Amino acid sequence: MHVVVCTKVTPDTAAKVSVNDAGVVGWSEAPVINPWDEYAVTEAVLLKGDHGGQATVMTVGKQEHEEALKQGLAIGCDQAIRVWDDALEGHDNLQYSKAAAAAIEKLGDVDLVIFGKEFADTQTDQYVYQVARKLGWTSLGAVAKILEIDFNASTIKVERLLEQGKAVVSAKLPAVIAVLKDINEPKYPSFMGIRKAAKAEIPVWNLGELGIDVGEPKTKVAQYKNLPVRGSQVQLFDGTPEEAAAKLADKLIEEKVI
Amino acid sequence: MIFVWTEHFDDKLAQASREALGKATKLGAGEVVALVFGENVDDIVKQSFHYGADKVIKADDATLANFRAEPYVALLVKAAQEHNPNYILAASTARGREVMGGASMDLDAGLISDVNELEIEGGNLKAVRPVYSGKVLATETASGDLQMATLRSRAFTPNEPDESRSGEVIELAPVLSEADITSKVESFEEAKGSVSLTDAAIIVSGGRGVGGPDGFDPVRELAEVLGAALGASRATVDAGWIPYEHQVGQTGKVVSPDLYIAAGISGAIQHQAGMRTAKVIVAINKDPEAPIFGLATYGIVGDLFQYVPALTKAFKERLGK
Repeated sequence: MHVVVCTKVTPDTAAKVSVNDAGVVGWSEAPVINPWDEYAVTEAVLLKGDHGGQATVMTVGKQEHEEALKQGLAIGCDQAIRVWDDALEGHDNLQYSKAAAAAIEKLGDVDLVIFGKEFADTQTDQYVYQVARKLGWTSLGAVAKILEIDFNASTIKVERLLEQGKAVVSAKLPAVIAVLKDINEPKYPSFMGIRKAAKAEIPVWNLGELGIDVGEPKTKVAQYKNLPVRGSQVQLFDGTPEEAAAKLADKLIEEKVI
Repeated sequence: MIFVWTEHFDDKLAQASREALGKATKLGAGEVVALVFGENVDDIVKQSFHYGADKVIKADDATLANFRAEPYVALLVKAAQEHNPNYILAASTARGREVMGGASMDLDAGLISDVNELEIEGGNLKAVRPVYSGKVLATETASGDLQMATLRSRAFTPNEPDESRSGEVIELAPVLSEADITSKVESFEEAKGSVSLTDAAIIVSGGRGVGGPDGFDPVRELAEVLGAALGASRATVDAGWIPYEHQVGQTGKVVSPDLYIAAGISGAIQHQAGMRTAKVIVAINKDPEAPIFGLATYGIVGDLFQYVPALTKAFKERLGK
């Protein structure tokens, strides 16, 4: 069994994020592992615990993303790999996905790739399905539970949380899944785990080693801007519950939002 | 030519797909072609015309009865290769994101996800979308012969259905046979009696202030009277008071209803990221210092257990329920 988790660092969920006068995005805290990936990394380690085999944590990104890899190692992943090349500077999702898929192919014996629901900075999950397609594997997004997984028979059965309800879907391995937060309780690294991860040598694979050319980006960010300031001050309604409720109900009906 | 991959459920064209069709008709990108995949989809084909399609490409087959990425992506790719559209749009739903993401790789086409605003400038898609968990807006552009985008629910307005509209229907044979498809939908459990958060015009949400699972009762009653979806803050989901599917916020759903009523929610930055684009926000909270009042349009400083039932009663009277 070989499970691969793809991760990166993003601003902490509690961080204030804003755009400065030069149009550059900055944030208040040190970046952390992408919040959705805590579940993905944990799931890889849980699967390894239950089924034996190997868990690899991978990133496509600059050195700062090694923090996320170290968190993966610290909670029990066996090896970490970073993919980077100057040609990936300013990459779009397609370029990311081509590089990630090539690295997964280079690993060779992978049964399952796990992503978190999305990357919190670029706020998209399109690479999940792009990587799956590039590999020619089944993709299963919005996975709330792995109901069954059999690495010998190469089968997986999951519960997906879709807009209209829950679907139980079975598929053949290898597959690419994206997991939601109800899949597990995230594991946090122990002191010993952190010490071990700090010493790990993390190989960096460039595009030459992967034998691919990712081409030019086909989407670009032209501009970042701060959110418009919301309205003016809050209008408060007071009085007894009946009085305040009556005034508020009338106001909302008048605003035609009911 | 512009493609719109449509989604349907219970013989109805999904609201988010109606919105995508409506936007496609307003982009000035030529013929609007709806792609309708499924089994027994003639009604959906008709509805696609009513909501703005000039043509429909239909794939009707038992292998397409339930959504699965492999056969759907294969069909979308085949349709694009045969008809060479300039643009492909779809709703940014769980299925839409999967189909469009997969197809973008096969077609080697730039995809802009989850957009709030969309236009064509110099032949290229230009879109505004939230990034950094909704804390920043990015303007993104695409380039290339084929460009793709997924549209956020409730960000665009559907056309008024025009039942006199119809047009050419092009049949597309499935690409994969059942034996070629490696996944199978074993069962589907429809979320009953509740309104989907991402489609809802009104959302009533409860936070830590509800105090426990039973504390959601008055919040739920208000939601029922208003025909609203029931939302919740992360704290209540983490405490196990309500299932995750109700969570609004950075690690839950990002919503943009016309009206968002927050009861007993303090309004942490993570929660705000999920609901700050609501048109009108109402906050009911005991703590006058709660950050939610900094965002709210209207507010009541008070105990939700007194004020929420009073609001339910006030609406019952006014709405004749």
